[in-house]
Amino acid sequence: MNAAKVRQAIAFFILAVATLMVVVPILLTIFYIVKNGIGAVSWEFITAAPRNGMKEGGIFPVIVGTIVLVIGTMLFSLPLGVLSAIYLVEYAKDNFFTRLVKLSVVNLSGIPSIVYGLFGFTLFVLLLNLGTSILAGSLTLAIMSLPVIITATKEALESVPFSFREISLSLGATRWQTIRYCVLPYAIPGILTGAVLSLSRAAGETAPILFTVAAFYLPRLPRSVFDQVMALPYHLYVISTQVPNMPRKLSFATGFVLITLVFLMNLVSIILRAHYRKKKQW
Amino acid sequence: MPRRISEQIIELCIKLSGLLVIIFVFLIFLFLLKDSLSLFSQYSVGEFLFGEKWLPISEPPKFGIIPLLLGSIYVTAGAIVICVPLGVAAAMFIAEVAPRSAKHILKSLVEILASIPSIVLGFIGIVWLGPFLRNTLGLATGMCGLTGSLLLAFMALPTIISICEDALVSVPRTYKEAAFGLGATHWQTLWRIILPSASSGIIAAVMLGIGRVIGETMVVMMVTGNAPVVPKSLLEPLRTLTATIAGEMGETVSGSEHYFALFAVGMVLFIITFIINFVADICLRRAKK
Repeated sequence: MNAAKVRQAIAFFILAVATLMVVVPILLTIFYIVKNGIGAVSWEFITAAPRNGMKEGGIFPVIVGTIVLVIGTMLFSLPLGVLSAIYLVEYAKDNFFTRLVKLSVVNLSGIPSIVYGLFGFTLFVLLLNLGTSILAGSLTLAIMSLPVIITATKEALESVPFSFREISLSLGATRWQTIRYCVLPYAIPGILTGAVLSLSRAAGETAPILFTVAAFYLPRLPRSVFDQVMALPYHLYVISTQVPNMPRKLSFATGFVLITLVFLMNLVSIILRAHYRKKKQW
Repeated sequence: MPRRISEQIIELCIKLSGLLVIIFVFLIFLFLLKDSLSLFSQYSVGEFLFGEKWLPISEPPKFGIIPLLLGSIYVTAGAIVICVPLGVAAAMFIAEVAPRSAKHILKSLVEILASIPSIVLGFIGIVWLGPFLRNTLGLATGMCGLTGSLLLAFMALPTIISICEDALVSVPRTYKEAAFGLGATHWQTLWRIILPSASSGIIAAVMLGIGRVIGETMVVMMVTGNAPVVPKSLLEPLRTLTATIAGEMGETVSGSEHYFALFAVGMVLFIITFIINFVADICLRRAKK
């Protein structure tokens, strides 16, 4: 072997080691949570309300709270995100306004989640007088999820061949008819993939819900959109840092339920993507 | 025709949505600005920006942002030093070296890491990493900057790896073929041709990684010890900008000086992340060309 080959072997070995240093901790993290959490997860844990200052019982209202927030987030962010992306891909001309929209999306994606929390608190909780409520929390999470949904939708729309639009328009369809019947149907799987991914992020976020919806201890189900709810990430924060003498087992179990929920949502998005790839015919 | 009308309504909605995105950014900026200005009508801007003491409940209160800013900078620098070399190397491996089948597995693993909620990593920091570092390094407490840096580095890896990998893969094939044709080894091609050609994308990846690290809240709030003092090293407890807002907001009275001070901290964060993302976006666009 000549010197160049030796150098290559050494370099590739270093790259492989670096990759292992990334991959092994990922596996260990998941293994650690699953190993310590799965034993404490029982039917009661998933279906009962917390008791005795959260030290006993289950986390049913917490799970429901998170699911309600995710649904609320979706109701606001999906239509808004998809429509904005349609604007950017199908309608926007290359002008100042369009550049401003694009810059705003970039900027939104970089704003720290805690700043969304501050914003949601001033706008929704105080100014619009929604109080700390499901509505305020969902709206805050929705704005935070927008950039991911917009970017995913944009990519999905852009991947539909331009000729589809040309043919539809040449047959006399209007612009909206073209989008509705010749572009959107082919973009929907891609849009859903992005939407589910962004919602799984929203489900795991803590900072934006701190001041907008999260309840420290509220062991009942929400009755209206103006109720506070407990949520999995915030609950994990509370029981692992704020409650003294909390059994660690319950924190692990809560963490386990949270990552299971998030992984399930990711799995849905992966399946959608695989399905989409298979069906794609151009 | 009713069809025309419904169509016009839909098109109006589409344009309004685009407008709404701008409005949100503008509103976020406006609210932060308004409440920051309320602070600066009572408290000097100079003392806020250059004050070395953050004592919000002493009499008189002090809102010097320096300890928090340094806390954020220390933790971020620590994280970046760890995750940039690792992330770029892993991206190089995934993009160029790994066999096809391994590539898919590695990429899915990185995606899995991206989806782990930060609160779970913070929890692991409390129960495992913090105590582990305290024992191995003989520290006074495991709740320190280093624990935060390590966890944040871990969290930023997916961002860095996936954007770097994209940048490496999108380098034109012909560059590689030309280098091979001239007798270069695969490594020489990767190191001297592909990596430099992908540099804009890699810089963007690093910038976005920094943005992600500096904006992360829960992990640093849980593991860095929450001490709002000017940090001397990463091995001591410190407090970041984000953790200060999250930790103190619940205790403030709406409309008080302290409340406004937290918005001013939010404003500083907003400006920092705005600049970082703006630069990253320029790099990304250059990489696409």
